[in-house]
Amino acid sequence: MTVTAPERESGQRDGQFPTEDEYQGQLGRRTRRASWFQAACLLALVIAVLALATLLYTIINDSFGLVAIVNQNDPEDIVAGLGHDPEVFTIADLSYDEMVDLLEANVSSGVGRRLEREQRFYEHRLVFEDEGTWTEICASDAPPTGCTAGPRDQANLAALVQERVVMPDVIASYQLVPSLLRPEEFEREVEQGFAAGRFTDHTLDQVEIEWRAWFNPTFLVTPQNSTPEVAGIRTAILGSAWLVLITVLFAVPVGVGAAIYLVEYAKQSRMNDFIQTNINNLAGVPSIIYGMLGLAIFVRVLEPFTSGAIFTEGVPPSEDGRTIIAAGLTLGLLTLPVVIISAQEALKAVPDSLRHAGLALGATRWQTVRSQIIPVALPGILTGTILAVARAIGETAPLILVGAASFITTDPTGPFSKFTALPIQIFQWTSYPQQEFHNIAAAASVALLVLLLTLNAVAVILRNRYSRRAE
Amino acid sequence: MTNETSTETRVDRVIEERKTTDPQTQVESDSATGSVPGVIETKDMSVYYGDFRAVADVSLDFGRNEISALIGPSGCGKSTVLRSLNRMNDLVATARTEGQVHYHGQNIYAEGVDPVEVRRTIGMVFQKPNPFPKSIYDNIAWGAKINGFRGNKSEMEDLVHEALVGAALWDEVKDKLGDSGYSLSGGQQQRLCIARAIAVKPDVILMDEPCSSLDPIATLRIEELMLELKENYSIIIVTHNMQQAARVSDKTAFFNVKLDDSGMRTGRLVEYSPTEQLFTSPREKDTEDYITGRFG
Repeated sequence: MTVTAPERESGQRDGQFPTEDEYQGQLGRRTRRASWFQAACLLALVIAVLALATLLYTIINDSFGLVAIVNQNDPEDIVAGLGHDPEVFTIADLSYDEMVDLLEANVSSGVGRRLEREQRFYEHRLVFEDEGTWTEICASDAPPTGCTAGPRDQANLAALVQERVVMPDVIASYQLVPSLLRPEEFEREVEQGFAAGRFTDHTLDQVEIEWRAWFNPTFLVTPQNSTPEVAGIRTAILGSAWLVLITVLFAVPVGVGAAIYLVEYAKQSRMNDFIQTNINNLAGVPSIIYGMLGLAIFVRVLEPFTSGAIFTEGVPPSEDGRTIIAAGLTLGLLTLPVVIISAQEALKAVPDSLRHAGLALGATRWQTVRSQIIPVALPGILTGTILAVARAIGETAPLILVGAASFITTDPTGPFSKFTALPIQIFQWTSYPQQEFHNIAAAASVALLVLLLTLNAVAVILRNRYSRRAE
Repeated sequence: MTNETSTETRVDRVIEERKTTDPQTQVESDSATGSVPGVIETKDMSVYYGDFRAVADVSLDFGRNEISALIGPSGCGKSTVLRSLNRMNDLVATARTEGQVHYHGQNIYAEGVDPVEVRRTIGMVFQKPNPFPKSIYDNIAWGAKINGFRGNKSEMEDLVHEALVGAALWDEVKDKLGDSGYSLSGGQQQRLCIARAIAVKPDVILMDEPCSSLDPIATLRIEELMLELKENYSIIIVTHNMQQAARVSDKTAFFNVKLDDSGMRTGRLVEYSPTEQLFTSPREKDTEDYITGRFG
């Protein structure tokens, strides 16, 4: 079926355009070519989606699944022993006093004293230490943290009971998909493992096969621990939160301010072109280079500041500059060019007619920028900033260089404390050979991804809300 | 004008003097000396964009409480001249103005004159309506606020009311002052911009083709409004529409593009006369060709 115009008298350009037959031939080729490219683009999209799906699959697959677990003390027996119904009652539901009693009954007095010196159980009563010794060690030159810190809370104590009383030991674990498809095979593998003498510490009848979600609420609020079964990412989450706070406090005012200057005030000049080019280049500098910068400047040169020594007269809260503030400022520097560029783009998108309108009313530049330009540019600035900060949360390389502690069990207390962060924790756990560490690394990855997706969602919501309001 | 002393409040002082002096006697004394009582006067003004001279040697004298129109073909520099009158051309990085622009005898390009002060006194309405993305109320109140308006809430409401009445927009928007300025039609938006301009109590209003993006009915309303505003303000308007110039203006300046000695195209003032005279018996051949539609 072809569509042709009626014959016309031949004109001047007849030889330059194809004849009707030639045109029909070309049309077929053009249409085939068009559909080929459409298919190629679709294929590209499919590959991209598959890559993302694989990523999610890998992480989720390791975060859930069957485990073969040996508990030193069965939690159900413990609960039943205290007169509760094990069907509905778990260790976490026990009262504070019950848990302290459990600890007293199950840990050695040496370990108990160490725990108490770390953080005491009751504000007005000592459990493992006696009053005399306590007063003595607290009066010494280097008193333990328990002398000053408040008592433990319920979650902290529950984690201790898990670690010290239940003492779970995962001897084998299975990934999510095989756990769903062939659970019986896992049991067989465990039995074969015993038959082959691989699990010499335990006997087969001690083993319980159960479902375990490595990513669970307790995991989020439990501090780091050297035993993967009881380890959590509370320390890492708090560390990451502190880093984000400092990154934002540094990068947003400085970045937005610089962008406002460049867009609204700077005149076209060689110097400004040079600065602009360099900002664009800085955005592409690998993060490890920023790590080296942070190590050289913030950790070493500015050590009196970053260790907090100049604020505390005498003993600094941390003995060197490898602190949250040093890492946060490093991440802030890393984020800065991206914040500047995205804020610049947002400001440039505001039409000049608004600037002229403001200035023609006798407003100063700053009045115009503050009241008319920034409100319009704000959603763009916020979106860019949030995406840049989301990027910073996932950064690992600069943190390793600046010296994030890989093993730290106490919550960060402020910008001058030692810290760890989510990506560091994941990196660390992945490097251990035991499967259980890989499981908790995957669970921590889920937490990190959820955090990032939340931030991105906030960016989208802010953008939508503000752009609707500006209409 | 290099021997100027205090520059800080020069423009303010002129306004003060204007208020305290009876306008009638001033006009009489001016006419007694044979000069026109001008509000803005340019002397041999040339404007450059980089090396390009956009308009050369413009000497004009705009009368008080008059509407003066600038007409001419595209590229003749009439908008450039208009933007030079309140230093909006300063915003173009490469722009440079030579010669002098006097506002009530004070050179607004003299050293130390703050363009902010100039623009507050010599307001501007643009080609495309450009309300702020805020409520109708805030569009008008903002200019007063940033210029240090000290009145309380009800006084501000009075000011907004007065400006909207002055711009013949009050009846259409009185029930929706909280709505966005963008919710209005193009013609209403332009009147909102005029209301915004008069709310800061300027002396002169510059209008850069204010009706070019409006339909004929909206255009008519703006023209009527201009004739009303003339009572209190001096208006200088750039227009492409010769009928508009003929309808509203008291005096008309015709600009044309001329090749200068080096072959560069430069805008020049051809003729500046009372409007009626310019359109009925132009002195210059170029003017006659333009207004009769032979080019442009």
